[in-house]
Formats: sequence, structure tokens, C-alpha cells
Amino acid sequence: MSKEAFSATGNQMVANAMRQVDPDVMAAYPITPQTTIVETYAKFVADGKVNTEFVTVESEHSAMSACIGAAAAGARVATATSSQGLAYMWEELPIAAGMRLPIVMANANRTISAPINIHCDHSDIMGVRDAGWIMFFAETAQEAYDNTVISFKVAEDPNVLLPVITALDGFTTTHAMERCVLEEDQTVKDFVGEYTPLYPLLDTDNPVSHGNFANIGNMYMRTKMAHRRAIEGAAEIIEKYGKEWAAIVGREFDLVDTWGTEDADYIIVTVGSCAGNARYAARLLREQGVKCGVVRPRVFRPFPGKQIAEACKNAKAIAILDRSDSMGACEGPVAMETKSALMDGGVTAPVTSYIVGLGGADITLDQMKQVYAELEQRAEAGKNSELIYLGIEE
Amino acid sequence: MANIKELSTRREGLAPGHRLCGGCGAAIAVRQVLLSADPEKYDVVVGNATGCLEVSTSIFPYSSWNVPWVHNAFENAGATTSGVEAAFKALQRSGKIPADKKIKFVAFGGDGGTYDIGLQSLSGAMERGHDLVYVCYDNGAYMNTGIQRSSATPKGAWATTAEVGKCQLGKPQVRKDLTSIMAAHGIKYCAQTTVGHWTDLTKKAEKAIEVDGPAFLNILAPCPRGWRLASDMTAEICRLAVNSKFWPLFEIENGKWTLTPVREKNAVPLEDFLKPQGRFKHLFKPGSEALLQEMKDDVEAYWKYLEGRVEGSKDL
Repeated sequence: MSKEAFSATGNQMVANAMRQVDPDVMAAYPITPQTTIVETYAKFVADGKVNTEFVTVESEHSAMSACIGAAAAGARVATATSSQGLAYMWEELPIAAGMRLPIVMANANRTISAPINIHCDHSDIMGVRDAGWIMFFAETAQEAYDNTVISFKVAEDPNVLLPVITALDGFTTTHAMERCVLEEDQTVKDFVGEYTPLYPLLDTDNPVSHGNFANIGNMYMRTKMAHRRAIEGAAEIIEKYGKEWAAIVGREFDLVDTWGTEDADYIIVTVGSCAGNARYAARLLREQGVKCGVVRPRVFRPFPGKQIAEACKNAKAIAILDRSDSMGACEGPVAMETKSALMDGGVTAPVTSYIVGLGGADITLDQMKQVYAELEQRAEAGKNSELIYLGIEE
Repeated sequence: MANIKELSTRREGLAPGHRLCGGCGAAIAVRQVLLSADPEKYDVVVGNATGCLEVSTSIFPYSSWNVPWVHNAFENAGATTSGVEAAFKALQRSGKIPADKKIKFVAFGGDGGTYDIGLQSLSGAMERGHDLVYVCYDNGAYMNTGIQRSSATPKGAWATTAEVGKCQLGKPQVRKDLTSIMAAHGIKYCAQTTVGHWTDLTKKAEKAIEVDGPAFLNILAPCPRGWRLASDMTAEICRLAVNSKFWPLFEIENGKWTLTPVREKNAVPLEDFLKPQGRFKHLFKPGSEALLQEMKDDVEAYWKYLEGRVEGSKDL
């Protein structure tokens, strides 16, 4: 492949990143809107473009189970899922993380039933935010590609050894065509390097047990503390590999993507593809003299709270846009975490939480402008507002 | 086939010191299956479903396993072990594992993790053709959580979720015929045996391990605690299970069914199998006669079914 830009979907870019990495095992089950990742990969397998053992499991639960077996065996492992599939494999996610297995999984963000709906929001992915995985959120197809490549490096780092979800928004990013750059196969292979597992099951001369029963005393709690230390420490490692990759490919990497925040009075904080709309609205409003900014965490776990607070420190009012709700909680998950980080960082500007774009509801430019306009009012009022379902009348 | 002297010199996959109960059939099943894998030919890697076997052999920071062992969850030993096998194939293909290295993959699950919650995962693994032997140690209930009924629990047996009272006499449903379900996957080898028949078990386990592709063993593994049985009765109750035709010994090799007949001199009535077990004691009180007869009829019907399978596949 040449390095020239071409048109591709997010799913094609993810499938190609995985082809270039050529994991030993991929166990996956198709689900809209992830399907074309699995289909594209199946063709790579049929055409002999990868060495991967492709395990066509009968469910997502078995997909993650087989990934866990393969990773414990000592293989480099990848998979992909979405929505109900992610929910179905939920049980296996903390197991993969607790067993410290560096599996890389793409998730095509899609809402959760009921009512059944195949479109984008973050109800699926946010439902696994406490499963102990590292979580990347892509804004674009290109970023989904870059995140996927970086994920293998991060997951397999001996100081991390944790699974990684690399999420991209269903349809908006998985299926829409964008101008993308695919790096040379060798560039990716050189970057990720060979994987050397620490305690592979297949080393039969040195038998090990994986997945033991930690039921005595504080053994369980000790493993959890080690896990927390590892995922906290992963922030620095993500940044290191992200920047290394950025230097090779010439595309920036930061844990938190910021736009206009140096002097912004009004800031929108959000994850995923809708940041583009927010940024465009911010640019238009700046032409009218309203100083707007956008903060977009590219990594959600570990949560880059310090960086977010730093980016928001000069704001007069802040809006947090969640593409999922945490029913009965004070607000959506991005808002909860962000408010906590703002408090820790001493940021006292009023904050408004919005729930946007559930089940693929449009997130429009006008809505973004409305949010910025409301922030101006909140700054004057000087206090936090109640949660708002954007674009839905009571 | 290895004789008992040869078997006795082979590596022990499961070390002593595990916390399984005295008389537990699961430990016997594991030892005999692992002894059946000729160490001159194969290394073995074990996958294990959550259950008595898993919790009793892997209490961190200890492990009873002398072979590589992986436990994931309750319902997915089939899928997990298929992932291990897939990794082996890929790593051998890429040259990271020498081409001449031979590893056999064996998954162990109880009847809960196999007949019930793990059936889909097992079915998928069998259908995909992984080179693995799945061994169900069938003790006929969820023993690890305290004797709740499973689809392997015999009709009429007491269990803590199939109680005995004035409205119900234990489990009303007939047990699922998992071995036939596995045979229906068209796998090369599938068999039913018990921990009380070591020659039969090791012979069948050796065949299952030799097969290139998926194989399934359903091993009757008594649970003295759950069966309300003396712990020195494990082997004997297996004999009674077979000789009363409650648990027929049979195998399906490349589609051909073979049923081990019960010799006339060994044949016993079903009551001989039921009576030593406290889980069946209500069957011998007034009012249970019809149920007991039904159970006997079920046993006869199943035996006839198996004879039909043997007859139907005799020319294969």
C-alpha cells in the first residue's frame, strides 16, 4: 500500500491495522455496525494475507473466552464487537483484564436495547468502563486506525499487560468514507514489533496455572491494587507510544485533544465523533468574537482528568456532552468523571451536562451553537445547570 | 493401550494435596484421563470450567496442576480451550513453536458447566473442529454450589432445587442425553464411561486423545456429598450404575455406535443403584411406586434407543 491518502471507512481502517499487525489469533462474532471489520478480516484470511488463526465463534461470549484462552496461551490476540455483543461478553471483560491479558478489541459504538436500535451512541462502551480495560475513543477513521496500532504496543508493554478497547462511533466513523492514510505494512510491523508473552501456557516445560482461585485473605484485593497501579501508570506509556507513532506518521497524539482552549471562555467536553461538530461550531462562533473551545479525551481509561482540568482552567462555563446516560445518576459518565476531575483541579466554572445523540439521534451544528449560547447564560448565572436532553422536548 | 503398570509410571497431571472431597469422582476422572495421554507422544494443556475441580485445585498461591492449566469462567471451557488450541496452531505456523511439538488440549467441566450453562460454548468448539478433548465429569447436579439440580440430574433424584415434598418427589424431568447431542456434531470420537471402570475409561480417553480433532468424553463421576453416599462407595456405585443400565457404557467412533453389554451375571435391578444413595431415599417410601416404575421404563427405553443406534450404524 502506498502512503497516499485514499477513501476508506473506519471499519476498513481498523481491519487493515489489524492485518498489518497480523495477530496470531482473532476470535470474533459479527454484529452491526462492526460486521465489516470481521468480514474484511475474513477475506484477508482467505487470501492468505495474514497468518492469523481466525476462530469463527458462535457468540461474543465465546469470542472473548477464546481470546482469553489464546492470550493466556501466549498469542497476540485481537477481536472486535459492538453493542449487544459487548454486553453479552461483559462477564469476560473483567476476566481478561484481571488475568492481565493484552487483548486488543475494536468496538463499534452502538446503543443498547431496548428499544432495539442499531445506531451510534456510547451506551455499550460506557457500560464496560469499569471492566479494567484501557479505552481509546477515536474521532475519525484515521484515528481509529492509529489508535488500533498504538493499542497493541500499549497492551503488551510489560508494565501494562492489560487489554485495550479501541472504540469508534458506529456508522458515523465505522461506515462513513473519509480521507485516510494507510501506513506501509512494514512501518506498522516495525512499530509493534514481536510479542514475547511472559507466562505462556504453551511453554509446556514450565507449566503455569492461569485463572486461579484467589479466595483467601486479601489476595483478591492485592490483585486489584496491582491492576489499578498498572492502569494509572499506563497513561504515561500510552502517551509515550502515541507520540512515537505520531513522530513516524506525522499525525499528532495527545491523551486529550484540545482546540482553542488557551483563551476559550466557553468549552465543550466530549468524546468521539461529535467533537468535530463542536469544533466547527466553535470556529464559526469565534469569527463572531465568541471565544469557544473543545476538549476531547482520546483516552477514557485511564481517565486523563488532570489534562482535562488543565485545558478547562480558564473557562467561564463548561458543557459536557454525553452520548449515553447513567440512569438515575446525576449525569452521564463523561460528565461524572469530568466534574470530578475539574473539582480536583480547582476549576470552578459552572458546568452543564447534556445528553446528546442517543440511538443515532442527529447532533447538529445548530445544537452545538445552542450549547455555546447556553454556556454564555450559565457563565452569567454562575451556577451549574440541571441535566439537559439536547434536542428533545419535554 | 497402556496397561496399569505403564499407567502407574506416567506423569501425574494432578498433584496430591488438592482440596477435593474424599471419594470425589472428579479427581479420579482427571487423573485417569491425563494418565491416558502418552507423555512420550504428547504434552498436555488443560482448560477448566468453574466448579468443584477448579476451586479445589487452584487456590492461590497454590496449584495442584503439573501441566499448564487455564481457568476462565463457568460456561466457557469449550471456547477458552479452543482459543488455546488456536494459538498453538498459529504459533506453530509462524515458526514460534517447533513444527514437531505435539500438544493435546483437554477441557474439564462438570455437568453444570457442560450440559447446561456451557452447552453453547462446547457445541461451538466441537463444530469448529478444534483438536481438543472435552471431558465432562458428570456428578449429576451443581455440587459446587450445594447440590442444585442440573439437566444431568436423574429423574426422581432429590436436589436442593428439586425438593422432595408432598407435591413433588425430586426432579420431575428425565436427564438430558448429552453424549448423543455431542455425537450429533459428527465428531470423530465420543464416549460415555465412569470413574469406576478404569480400563474402559483409559481406553476411551486414549482414543479421544489420539483423534485429530474434537472428541468428547462423558464420565460418570460420583459425588459422595451430593449423592448422600459413603465416600468409599465411589467405584462401586459406578459399577451399579452400569450394571443396572442406568449409565450405559458406549462409544461412537466415526459415526459407529458400540454399546458395552451388561453380562447376565452382573445385571442388577435399578434399585441396587438407587438404594445406597440418600438422594433417592424417598423413592422407597409408599407413594413413589409409580415414579420408580417410570424411572425403570426410562432406563429400558434408553437402552433400546442405544441398541437402535448400534444397529443403525453397524455397517459404517
